[in-house]
Amino acid sequence: MAINVTRRQFFKLGGAGLASSSLAMMGFAPEPAEASIRQFKLAHAKETRNTCTYCSVGCGILMYSKGDGSKNVEQDVFHIEGDPDHPVSRGSLCPKGAGLLDFVHSDGRLAYPQVREAGASEWTRISWDEALERIARHMKDDRDANFVRRNAQGQTVNHWTTTGFLAASGSSNEAGYITHKVVRNLGMVAFDNQARV
Amino acid sequence: MTNHWVDIRNANLIIVMGGNAAEAHPVGFRWVTEAIEHNNAELITIDPRFTRTSAVAQDRAFIRTGTDIAFLGGLISYLIETDQIQREYVLHYTDAALIVRDGYGFEDGLFSGYDEATRSYDKQSWMYEMGDDGFVRRDESLEDPRCVYQLLRAHYARYTPETVSSITGIPVETIQRIWRKIAATAVPDRTMTFCYALGWTQHSIGSQIVRVAAMVQLLLGNMGMPGGGVNALRGHSNIQGLTDLGLLSQLLPGYLTLANAKEQDYAAYIDKRTKQPTVEGQVSYWKNYEKFHVSLMKSWFGSAATERNQWCFDWLPKLERPLYDVLDTFERMSKGELNGYFCQGFNPLASFPDRAKITRALSSLKYLVVMDPLNTETSEFWKHYGEYNDVDSSAIDTEVFRLPTCCFAEDEGSIVNSARWLQWHWAAAPPPGDARPDIRIMAELFLRLKRLYQEEGGVFPEPILNLTWDYDIADEPRPSELAREYNGRALEDLVDDEGNITRRAGEQLSGFGELTADGRTAAGCWIFTGCWTEDGNQMARRDNSDPYGTGNTLGWAWAWPANRRILYNRASADVQGRPWGANKAFIWWDSEQGQWTGADVPDFPTTSPPSQGQMPFIMQPEGVGHLFAGQSMVDGPFPEHYEPFESPVPQNLLHPGNSRARANPAARIFDDDREALGKPEDFPHAATTYRLTEHFHFWTKHARLNAVVQPEQFVEIGEALAEEIGVAAGDWVKVSSNRGFIRAVAVVTKRLRPMQIGDRQVHHVGIPLHWGFTGVAKKGYLVNALTPFVGDANTQTPEYKSFTVRVEKA
Repeated sequence: MAINVTRRQFFKLGGAGLASSSLAMMGFAPEPAEASIRQFKLAHAKETRNTCTYCSVGCGILMYSKGDGSKNVEQDVFHIEGDPDHPVSRGSLCPKGAGLLDFVHSDGRLAYPQVREAGASEWTRISWDEALERIARHMKDDRDANFVRRNAQGQTVNHWTTTGFLAASGSSNEAGYITHKVVRNLGMVAFDNQARV
Repeated sequence: MTNHWVDIRNANLIIVMGGNAAEAHPVGFRWVTEAIEHNNAELITIDPRFTRTSAVAQDRAFIRTGTDIAFLGGLISYLIETDQIQREYVLHYTDAALIVRDGYGFEDGLFSGYDEATRSYDKQSWMYEMGDDGFVRRDESLEDPRCVYQLLRAHYARYTPETVSSITGIPVETIQRIWRKIAATAVPDRTMTFCYALGWTQHSIGSQIVRVAAMVQLLLGNMGMPGGGVNALRGHSNIQGLTDLGLLSQLLPGYLTLANAKEQDYAAYIDKRTKQPTVEGQVSYWKNYEKFHVSLMKSWFGSAATERNQWCFDWLPKLERPLYDVLDTFERMSKGELNGYFCQGFNPLASFPDRAKITRALSSLKYLVVMDPLNTETSEFWKHYGEYNDVDSSAIDTEVFRLPTCCFAEDEGSIVNSARWLQWHWAAAPPPGDARPDIRIMAELFLRLKRLYQEEGGVFPEPILNLTWDYDIADEPRPSELAREYNGRALEDLVDDEGNITRRAGEQLSGFGELTADGRTAAGCWIFTGCWTEDGNQMARRDNSDPYGTGNTLGWAWAWPANRRILYNRASADVQGRPWGANKAFIWWDSEQGQWTGADVPDFPTTSPPSQGQMPFIMQPEGVGHLFAGQSMVDGPFPEHYEPFESPVPQNLLHPGNSRARANPAARIFDDDREALGKPEDFPHAATTYRLTEHFHFWTKHARLNAVVQPEQFVEIGEALAEEIGVAAGDWVKVSSNRGFIRAVAVVTKRLRPMQIGDRQVHHVGIPLHWGFTGVAKKGYLVNALTPFVGDANTQTPEYKSFTVRVEKA
């Protein structure tokens, strides 16, 4: 049952959104009808290019967020799909990547700095200032107490082995670079990322 | 990857071994199916399990976990004995003709130079023999018994099809059938590619498994070829980038290496790493080491790094142990030798072996800092979650800080995919609540520490006080500033031999060929130089055109090194510079233009004519690929099969009388961890951990859609084992090792079959690893409760893929 309807006629015919979508379901639709509905939904969204955060294929993704970039409008990602221009993925996403939106909005996302004090059984919310100041104090105290300038053989080693650091292979090159720059020049050697395992 | 995802379509034969690309890299795997459909390619899988990759393969073998070297070593012997090698390639592009010193030998499972007390080799005898002219001696006939080719032949002569079958559990006829198919790619117009992942690396012999594959590809002439190569299908979105940037205990950015404590002299440190050609006239690109090193030091310390202070060589930490890898670190931590630890987007309680030991170690810390977008198990290691995390909070005194970070969607920057492409991405939204980018957290921590050192003084503040930090907003450097920094720039005008200015001071560099060793250039990661030039951000390029029809899109993003997409691509042409086969044309010598040209950026000096005799493997001092790893491996110049540290088989069938050669004799294992190994009689089942297509590590159990489609922990056992232990599909089973246990639902399957190994039947148990005690999926047990605390001899990557358990009805 092929009925040829132009896109303009289709919207007239459909009237309300719900009716038009059920019409489309029934087959009373111009060929690109479903795509039109999708465009309608995405028309006022902001499109941002990114790369899937999971495996190392590096599939291109397009993220759609609410708002047109006006002042005081917080962007909120509501749709993610594959980037059709990407030479490897050509618009595809796998079962992992198809769930990216739920990762962004996961209940497990952390929103505030917290501390678990020694022996405690719960978290306490703290400010960034307090968290960073306490961490910096721990680091300096440990570094000053345990930094080794020369080893038992009298060799200059200038290293700090009593604090270690695991870096993130899900983070960007720029985060990785600055992390390396800071960590290594504090003298740390117990320093690895997921590539070790 | 030596090659790249789209290039897989150029292969004629694809071997997926030590990986399961259809499930772990589904979109990349489309290029395998593309090769099958449009290049008439065949796919063969070699795996302990029947995977979804096996399901679309034309041929398959089921191999006992941890025995890949036996299969591939036997293949080498078969290729040599049946003369199915790419002879011209092997003669000119490999070290087959080079002569090895007299002292080298291999006896009863041990290479020459073994010291049992230190479990290590003195590699003095693993060297080429130098001639009077100062270059390596060679024998073009390949007949000298001391040439690499003959040593290789002798080494693998023991790997007969029958021996390989008895070790791997693969029937002889299957072995021979697959070897025949692989050997058929020794011709110039057919290529085979290897695709592997953690199934090769997570073994105590993991590095040697990868190496034996590379050797096979050299013998077949498949390295540097379109549709060839050895392709690591890497796991995390930027694991390649963090490796490239050197965030590993012994590295500096760009595969430069830290000095060890014995290397007190800067000149000697540089000299050792500055590889001069050992065959006359070869490129030996590492001869430029000092240019890369000094440029890094200028990037980090600016004007404080001078020739007089040896570019701050003393400021860099020196290594006193061979590696401060994570196993070494958690061993030290478990003995109370660490006070602080940072986990930036890393979940070691879930990811590291012998979870009980990890809990003990973390509990001994004074402070732990977790930076993550998600509430990881590690951040709550101190919290009681019933049997899933059976700890007493009040007995754990570790102070734990948890700092919320941005995820990819809220972050701008570049990440490097498995094919070495640096792809730039943009932020779509702000992070939830007060979460912050990692860059800002690191900057703020650093600036606070710097202030404390300025105010209070302290031990050795020089590198902290002098670290370059000229970002517009000190506590929030922009990704573009950091990218421009690691690309590098000229600090003074650069001039050519005739005094012409080639680069003005302050300009971005266009390639690592511009770097100098005299302090006139700065570059934070030399292999990335060229990614952000005076022409702008090359990583953001989005031209997907493919002018040669080879699948090479040079205008899409930017690949290191030098935007090159297939490494060693000079080897895709013969000695005269002509493509080996018309259908494999990729890079060739254009005599009219006097330069190398083709579909890729040549991996070669562009104007070096074939007549000059420079060989394709320009990073090696000999200019050729190494069949004999003289100095790069700690556990032998040729890969040898050793059993996993925990194996259902009591002896190494290649060396049945020598218990020292049962498992890798050069792999490190700490005393307590050796005691914690199980015996075959108590733990008879061969276990292997793996991932499912619906999940990504321990992340997606936090994502609702993924948790819905794969909600609950399970283990896979074969029908024969299920019958033996009286378990039906859907029953709960308890899986135990000598270190811990998990409980899970049993999936009874035909995908795992018993194997006949010597006089015993071996059952495999498949253990997917995605569950834990945080997230929205059903709670489950961290499977690393089971795994042994021992790693690969070279990299210390833990042996997650081969260990032993006992499965019983729960």
